[in-house]
Amino acid sequence: MRADLDIIEEWITPNSKVLDLGCGDGELLAGLKQKKNVSGYGLEINHDNITACIEKGVNVIEKDIDNGLASIKDDSFDSVIMTQALQVMHRPDQIIDEMLRIGKECIVTFPNFGHWRARGYLAFRGKMPVSKFLPYTWYNTPNIHFCTFKDFENLCVERNIYILERTVVDNEHKHHWSIRLWPNMLGAIAIYRITK
Amino acid sequence: MPQSIPADSAGIVTPQTLHFDQPLTLACGRTLNAYNLVIETYGSLNADASNAILICHALSGNHHLAGYHSIEDKKPGWWDSAIGPGKPIDTNKFFVIGLNNLGGCHGSTGPQSSNPETGKPYGPDFPIVTVTDWVESQVRLADRLGITQWAAIIGGSLGGMQALQWSIDHPTRLRHCMVIAAAPKLSAQNIAFNEVARQAISRDPDFNEGHYYEAGKVPKTGLSLARMLGHITYLSDDGMREKFGRELKAGKIGYDFTPQFEVESYLRYQGERFSTAFDANTYLLMTKALDYFDPAAGYGDNLAKALKPARCKFMVISFTTDWRFSPQRSQEIVDALMEAQKSVTYAEIDSAHGHDAFLIPNPRYMDIFSAYLQQVAADLPNVTQEVL
Repeated sequence: MRADLDIIEEWITPNSKVLDLGCGDGELLAGLKQKKNVSGYGLEINHDNITACIEKGVNVIEKDIDNGLASIKDDSFDSVIMTQALQVMHRPDQIIDEMLRIGKECIVTFPNFGHWRARGYLAFRGKMPVSKFLPYTWYNTPNIHFCTFKDFENLCVERNIYILERTVVDNEHKHHWSIRLWPNMLGAIAIYRITK
Repeated sequence: MPQSIPADSAGIVTPQTLHFDQPLTLACGRTLNAYNLVIETYGSLNADASNAILICHALSGNHHLAGYHSIEDKKPGWWDSAIGPGKPIDTNKFFVIGLNNLGGCHGSTGPQSSNPETGKPYGPDFPIVTVTDWVESQVRLADRLGITQWAAIIGGSLGGMQALQWSIDHPTRLRHCMVIAAAPKLSAQNIAFNEVARQAISRDPDFNEGHYYEAGKVPKTGLSLARMLGHITYLSDDGMREKFGRELKAGKIGYDFTPQFEVESYLRYQGERFSTAFDANTYLLMTKALDYFDPAAGYGDNLAKALKPARCKFMVISFTTDWRFSPQRSQEIVDALMEAQKSVTYAEIDSAHGHDAFLIPNPRYMDIFSAYLQQVAADLPNVTQEVL
């Protein structure tokens, strides 16, 4: 399992109700169901991922998150999770508001555009960063709303969102002492646990 | 006629008629003292009777799901694309049962059957049957066959509504429920189309207020109009454009009222064929069953509340161009199931075939169907024991 998913798994309470937005092939939910007896659903639009979820016995709902989550009632879930999908949303701020409305707690992970590689790429090459982890060019990238950890935390302050926990990892999803020292420069992926 | 029976066909199948003499009280208050149900089965029931799948039919469907009745048959059963050895509903694994519902015109007791009180066909006096009545009759069928819990109940359109009703009325008697191209209840527009169809039939002079059997007549005009109208609602604008466009039969406009566009003659052909193959009184009954279906009605119009007793897992499927029961209608079911905290999976299949898409094989549809049925197979009690 991906290391960031391991971290998320630690944060999930056993027997709780979870909604995974952009659940991919259902790996996280399948693991949570097996190890923590969690019940829940994944929302996904990719066809192959949906089939993969069905094959794992994961409850997957074909739904475009950008069209909103209005049909889901307030506080329906203990945790609402979105891993590595915030940057592809049309309105990340509205999605976060919606996540906090339908979930008691939310877990969000996203790539850090303030990482030194991205900064260096733009500073020295004068071009939008392209890397192994973000392999798209500016005109065809699904990642339309990049932010840095600082940007995200500013949004949380503006919207009165409490950050309960934050873990920053590198591209191998591993912790390193240097990341803790200077996360916005050295961390590649952040995992936030937030609430209203 | 098939040149030879394909290897993945259910093969030559023979329907059976089962007689029930335990009176069945219907939602309308009337009672059927005895009735017949025609069924057709595929595959074999395992030792603990845990591998049975019930397929519920839609408006004009019947018990003949797959395979052929004889080598002379032009076409296989109506869901042959999905049912057979190695197909999504794999008859090597499952015992699959199709039936003709009460009120039908393919052998189960219906308007054409003799009314024991008069010795004449019921005709319009056959009681109005509802989805809940059908479910009750299907429960008795399950009892008769020794099936205490279905591995799955699967249906498209009106068939999906029966599957959904089962999950509410008899929660312990099914493990999986597949609701395809259905809706939690009909909209005013849906009912309006049904009403025009009914009017077309009942205003046909040959209808004779439903007593047309005695006169040796059939309200062909009315039934074919009803079918033509229905058929339009089963197709999509895109699908019709793709299939017919504005193609002219003779290649030019004739400046008269004979059918000139391909779509006109197609509809006339469909209507004509249906009007001799289906019974008008049954058509009226089936449209009423659709109109009356509303499982949330008894729960303050709260579908989630209605679904609270359900214990099975659900798979809901819709099709992008279906406007009769659009994807939004399936999403209403999904939303209610999520609110009721039920296990549910939902897929929206891209198809140009409108409502009819649920009968037409399409790679993604069949992939999802197969993947879900593998879960149904994995949930068979004996398989679980092997894993443990």
